[in-house]
Amino acid sequence: MRTIEPWVEPPLREFLRESSARLVLVMTSSGQVVAQYGFTRSLDVMAAASLGAAIVASTEELARVMHAGSFGNIAHQNAGRGVFLAPFPMHSGKWIGLVVFDHETSHGLVQLFFGQFAEELRAAAPVQRKEAVLLAEQFEDELNRSLRSLFGR
Amino acid sequence: MSRGFETILDGITRVQGVRSAVVVSAEDGLVVAESSMEGIDSAALAALTASLVSRLGRAMAAAGQLPPAVIHLEGDRGHVLARPAPADLLLVAVAEATANVSLLRLTLLDAAERMPS
Repeated sequence: MRTIEPWVEPPLREFLRESSARLVLVMTSSGQVVAQYGFTRSLDVMAAASLGAAIVASTEELARVMHAGSFGNIAHQNAGRGVFLAPFPMHSGKWIGLVVFDHETSHGLVQLFFGQFAEELRAAAPVQRKEAVLLAEQFEDELNRSLRSLFGR
Repeated sequence: MSRGFETILDGITRVQGVRSAVVVSAEDGLVVAESSMEGIDSAALAALTASLVSRLGRAMAAAGQLPPAVIHLEGDRGHVLARPAPADLLLVAVAEATANVSLLRLTLLDAAERMPS
């Protein structure tokens, strides 16, 4: 497990223990990675973060166009694996969780414990800190900095 | 909610002391249909009961036994009963401590037979 912010680690550790998830990625809505568990290659983290953020953004836009309010969580499942993608509010803005799970757990359990994880994150987060506005020219530097922290190189 | 599930759940909640009856997708642990009193978190009940039934089934298989027909958890303040049903569903009931559990068990067995698939 690797986290950018130390206060993310205890709630994430608890979520992993309870949900039996295989992979977890926590990111901001702009795709900036906050924490990861289970990924071994930085390239996979980059791809998953940008795709996850893009899927949530597309879904929200779809909901807006359809005047459907919000669609909430997104789940994809096949026989062996499931992907759970969930936006949730933090003091500094919206964050997104991407969870990959297998037959050791279920969609229901992941959804249940993810809700608790999001609440614990909000309670643990320093309230006064505001998420910096990420400009396009800073994005690559920010991403590289995050990946160095997450993978230790 | 489909008419078939509504009838099934009505039959279960008619047993005195039953506070919640839920049809759960056994593999996903998600609520398919429910009839619950206030204060029951059906989503949590569905997820945790489905996980428990799945693990108990694996334990029974490891012991060379058939999967459980009914799971009964007895607590100080009430009971939780779960009955596997066709189409990979589960029937789950939450009842008060004073409920007639034998009748509830029979009702669940009968309801599982009549589940729409």
